[in-house]
Amino acid sequence: MTIPREHYLQAVFPTPFHPRTSAANTLNAWHRWRDYTVADAYFDVALEYTALRNACTVFDLSPMTKHLVTGPDALAFMNRLVTRDVAKLKPGRVGYTVWCDDAGQVVDDGTIFHLRDHVYRLCSQERQLDWLLGSALGFDVSITEETHDVAALALQGPTSCAVLKRLGLAGIETLAPFGIRGYAFEGGDLTVSRTGFTGDLGYELWIDPELAVPLWDRLFDVGRVVGVKPMGTFALEMSRIEAGFIQAGVDFLPADRAIRADRTRSPFELDLEWLVDFKKGPFTGRRALLEEKARGSRYRLVKLDVEGNKPAKDAFIYDRRRRNIGVVTSSMWSPAAKSNIALASVQMPYGTPGDELWAEIYYQKELKWSRFMARCTVVEGAFYNPPRRRVQPAADC
Amino acid sequence: MTETATGSANSRVVIVGGGHNGLVCAAYLARAGRKVLVLEAADQVGGAAVTREFAPGFRVSSGAHLLHVLDPVVARDLGLASHGLSFARSGLDTVALADGEPLVLNGAEVRSGTVSAADRATLAEYVARQRRYAAVLARQHGRIPAPWSLAKFAFDIRRLGRADMRELLRVGTMPLYDLLEDRFESAQLKGALALDGVLGAKLGPRSGQTFFTSLQRAGAYALPRGGMGTVTGALAVAARAAGAEIRVSSPVAKLAVAGDRMAGVVLASGEEIAADIVVSNADPKTTFLELLGAQHLDAEFARRVLHFRTLGCAAKLHLALDGVPEFRGVPAARLGERLIVAPDLGYVEAAFNPAKYHEFSPAPVLEITIPSVHDAGLAPAGKHVLSAVVQYAPYDLAEGWDTGRARFLAATLDALARFAPTLRRQILNAELLTPVDLEREFRITGGHWHHGELALDQFMMLRPVPGAAQYATPVGGLFLCGAGAHPGGGVMGSAGRNAARAVLTGSRA
Repeated sequence: MTIPREHYLQAVFPTPFHPRTSAANTLNAWHRWRDYTVADAYFDVALEYTALRNACTVFDLSPMTKHLVTGPDALAFMNRLVTRDVAKLKPGRVGYTVWCDDAGQVVDDGTIFHLRDHVYRLCSQERQLDWLLGSALGFDVSITEETHDVAALALQGPTSCAVLKRLGLAGIETLAPFGIRGYAFEGGDLTVSRTGFTGDLGYELWIDPELAVPLWDRLFDVGRVVGVKPMGTFALEMSRIEAGFIQAGVDFLPADRAIRADRTRSPFELDLEWLVDFKKGPFTGRRALLEEKARGSRYRLVKLDVEGNKPAKDAFIYDRRRRNIGVVTSSMWSPAAKSNIALASVQMPYGTPGDELWAEIYYQKELKWSRFMARCTVVEGAFYNPPRRRVQPAADC
Repeated sequence: MTETATGSANSRVVIVGGGHNGLVCAAYLARAGRKVLVLEAADQVGGAAVTREFAPGFRVSSGAHLLHVLDPVVARDLGLASHGLSFARSGLDTVALADGEPLVLNGAEVRSGTVSAADRATLAEYVARQRRYAAVLARQHGRIPAPWSLAKFAFDIRRLGRADMRELLRVGTMPLYDLLEDRFESAQLKGALALDGVLGAKLGPRSGQTFFTSLQRAGAYALPRGGMGTVTGALAVAARAAGAEIRVSSPVAKLAVAGDRMAGVVLASGEEIAADIVVSNADPKTTFLELLGAQHLDAEFARRVLHFRTLGCAAKLHLALDGVPEFRGVPAARLGERLIVAPDLGYVEAAFNPAKYHEFSPAPVLEITIPSVHDAGLAPAGKHVLSAVVQYAPYDLAEGWDTGRARFLAATLDALARFAPTLRRQILNAELLTPVDLEREFRITGGHWHHGELALDQFMMLRPVPGAAQYATPVGGLFLCGAGAHPGGGVMGSAGRNAARAVLTGSRA
């Protein structure tokens, strides 16, 4: 990564796709994502969301924090860093994971791309270079942040495979979920992974920033007939809640940002016990998590089906005796699930299926505020989980 | 804690390193009925409290050279006197060398030298108070640091009475320089007292908390007969008498872990020795980062260990002398006392300044003993050995010690020549051990005799780092017992004794 000498003159940058995203952004609506500006929405949030669930959309993923971990100890380093067993992640595979501090509290979540032997790309929601370098003591690894060196697009939706097929990516339909495959693209390398943050059939495309604009152009060129549209962050947010995915800084506070001890969450408290492998050997937070397992957790992350159609934004959660036992962290009316959904953090032992929970919802109509208590049902699994997300080979027309 | 965390009563305990704390720990554990094996890398026990020949016929305490803080409880419990510890001389005077008449001190008393009546009175009061404060500190030494230790510490301070407590709160973290300038007139006296706050530390008199560090030097100085090796020799006898086995020339290469618990150790020879409990007398960085490996530790803990301040700043000078040396104004009868080169506050601070920039002192401060004056067995008849702590010699010398060693030796001999003009002609053999040499000889990361700076930020439950300050470590069955643990080094033995208690009670933070 080379930082230009005049780096201080500009703090926030256009992404490599900016020539195209700015032209497509008819609303001229932008916000900052780390070092870059990205679109809130391009033409209409609801229509972008609808395009995602019924055709496909392109989302500019370039600001996602990316790190490259290489060297003889890369696997050992990754395994000591994260809670799941990275040894089980074969080359050409992607795995979702979290990592913890010594106290077993989640620092961040992200995806590990096992690009090839001894080479891992770690994508995270937060900047993690400091944490990674600080964890490297005693390991023969090289760690670099490559956020600026890799441009990325998320192509998601039921016709996404068809677009890639039309792009000429032979056999792309056989790429399994969480698989990675490399293709040649206009003299460069295009890395395709069957991953995403929408809970739908979809792919993420990783490419040299020099080839970003040609890639965008080709996708829209070949994708027009299957309805490809650009999608902004607002529509993505809808889809990730429907998929039941958590977000750092929204559904949990990264442990290294917390000042108050009870503000952080362990993997168990985020419904991520499936990511914790105590058998694989030492990892940061293991001892604390073993103690938590023996002692019991403080909180539970639950998925709620909320009565009515008013989003339970920031709502307090109560038990049947109207005792405040938690709070909603993400919520929306889900067009796909046709229900009023929410992610909430509740105190233990609340939140088991069948629990009677209530959300205190405030809403306004024409500036008049009202409040009501909505009955909530604890549900398991994603709110929206279409079979096409997993089916192999993927639908390619 | 359950029995599995501390091992059952008949399980084997391996102690890595036979320094004084390792031996103390071994003796206590063996007396409690544990099966104990001490593994020492060198060909004799003792760690940095040893006597060795550095020139044909000349023997010297090659690390620590004065005994002044040995935990009396340890000495009594282990019966060191009956196991061979005797003293060539105790209650040494401190002779502050000067261009003119030296100043001779012994505790609160000025035995000779030009000091005003006011200074004498102030000194009596100053030393008495230092001793009261040191006694409070010594009480903490015998305690395993725990969250309530600070409360006990505070209670001990409160019990000093209102005046002493207020004064301690005022001066507790103060630079010694300011305090001495406030109270005393004599430049010579101030220089001598300043040395107590900086010996062994990377601090000058103007550095913060040098009053605190000076409290560790409030004891009386003694020379064990036969050098410091006699102390650790007696400890080894005591440990063996209690049933401990001691193997020398057995360097440990790795700690063996099985399922996040100690499984034993692997020697450099490849030999594997099983043990449920391993107590490490090695310094914390060696223990955690070399022998265990950071991969067995949580990342933040490993980073804290890495940041434990371990860079030594004191060198050790050994001279084989052809005859009785002469120091200006020092009668032959006083040659065997503790001679110091710290003529005034400015000299000491100026000696420290270059250390901040990775350079050695062009005019160093010294603490000198000539033990052969009292202990003829250390040198051939008619000849003498001189042993000196020389500061400042920063471990991370910019030019490197390969070239720096000879230059620093020359500077040191020049500094000595100011007070002993004829000394250079008597030198048969000179050995200067820089922190890099001390690191190699004693296997102490950074060559620091406390295994890491003994300062308030590395004291009690912060020593060496939170998570290992109660001797137990995050890895089940692994304990620390060395100077890197509370309360530090200086041949006290308290760390070894506390660690044995931690093993026996299984106390964990």
